Amino acid sequence: MRDVYILGVGTTKFGELWDLSLRELASEAGLKAIMDAGIYAEDVDALYGANTSGGQFVDQEQIAALIADYSGITELNIPSIRIEAGSASGGAALMQAYLAVKSGQYSTVVVGGVEKMTDVPSEVATEIIGGSLDAEWETFFGATECSIAAMIARRHEFEGKAKRENYAMLPVISHKHASMNDTSHFKNVIKIEDVINASPVAEPLTVFDNAPISDGASALVISADLKKINNASHPIKIKSSSAANDFLSLHDRKSVDSFRAVKKSSDSALSLAGLDIGKIDALEIHDSYSIAALIQLEEILGKDAVKMTEGNDFYFNSSKPLNVSGGLKAHGNPLGTSGLYQAVEATVQLRGKAGQRQVKDPRNFLIHNMGGLGTTSVSTVIGVD
Amino acid sequence: MSEVPRFWRESRHRYRLVGTRCTNCDTLYFPPRVICPTCRRESVGKMKEEEMSGAGEIYSFTVVHDGLEQFKMQIPYVMALVKMKEGPFLTAQIVDCSPEEVKIGTKVTATLRKVRSEGKAGIIQYGYKFTICP
Repeated sequence: MRDVYILGVGTTKFGELWDLSLRELASEAGLKAIMDAGIYAEDVDALYGANTSGGQFVDQEQIAALIADYSGITELNIPSIRIEAGSASGGAALMQAYLAVKSGQYSTVVVGGVEKMTDVPSEVATEIIGGSLDAEWETFFGATECSIAAMIARRHEFEGKAKRENYAMLPVISHKHASMNDTSHFKNVIKIEDVINASPVAEPLTVFDNAPISDGASALVISADLKKINNASHPIKIKSSSAANDFLSLHDRKSVDSFRAVKKSSDSALSLAGLDIGKIDALEIHDSYSIAALIQLEEILGKDAVKMTEGNDFYFNSSKPLNVSGGLKAHGNPLGTSGLYQAVEATVQLRGKAGQRQVKDPRNFLIHNMGGLGTTSVSTVIGVD
Repeated sequence: MSEVPRFWRESRHRYRLVGTRCTNCDTLYFPPRVICPTCRRESVGKMKEEEMSGAGEIYSFTVVHDGLEQFKMQIPYVMALVKMKEGPFLTAQIVDCSPEEVKIGTKVTATLRKVRSEGKAGIIQYGYKFTICP
């Protein structure tokens, strides 16, 4: 089957963007991606829109239709479909768009993600985020997503697999990288003590173990059209994309402190790309919670991952750069957008245009986007030929 | 907004801890399932309801400080993964104790309590919570 390239990328700033609506965010990112790709609306065969909970955050469904409409492309009757897979919506939409182009049905597709989270109070946002759990058997009884992450952390520590400092280190790395990224929600640098001693959300996790509630949109133009690829200033290849799922609820899994779907999807994406993990120059992972990030690293990198948190390996200028964008933790986590922003970051890095936080000569990025805590896992390999 | 049927449907499972046993592989599931995830089509028509004793132990837990609107008055409250004597795990609150008393391995027992309500005049929803065994 044919090769699929990223022609253009665009993103809004992430954060509490009181003066921007969902439709404004989406069209800003989409327009930037189209301009970056050097194409016109007539060149677009389809639009895939990622969004996790627009129905609850802003009372809006049919979000892809809205995005297309307010991006000014509706006169062209371009098919516009929303993809929802919890907080893996962005990764899932990218995978669907990639498969649609790879299949030959469409040549050029826009895939965009948007989430407008700050129009509701934070307790309401917590409730909506909990929608990725089992409403009848977890949330009903008082569980929040952070409380589930906390129970994973507690058991993981009890099993002696890692210490508090091992996962408290990951937000520190994300904040450092976010401080060098103009579109970040947070630009402050933090220390490991700040993470451990911050106010508790669900023990042992504190506010600094949690990614923030953010508004934001990101978009990509992907294509298999050789003419467009040759015209694009920096085409970057999507080498593979693969997904896997686990039980919705933690209480139904054989192991509560591992994410087997992450292992499956990342192994599969690497195999489809014909690469082993040693050939991956940098990782963007789903650090919605610090402990979730550590367990993803254990699944993707193996046992060394815990030890690597004790050194400097994960910084942008070191051996295994991690979340050089700032991650969901510090660049921001507008749920359905996050997986697409990971792809934007990978593209910008592979073009060598990431400025201060540029990874040295990267060839391959593995990005991992996750729905809930290990429930839906989407891994994508993006690289240069 | 009233959600009577939605909660009434699950009431016997929530009030009496009724799960389903796959009589093909003899595994008990809670929450109840229509299909056994191990036997799949072999289990069709072979899932039988079964009540659990209510005895279990804490497998993992957390103290929630920033919770859902419905549970705000209870903060800080303890959420736990409870491993039931019969095998299944479930997610529930641990009540009638201070958070310091809760440890991994602590023996607990189920009790029927009010879980939440739909506003001041709305329907009260009941379900299981757990207390520490004396």
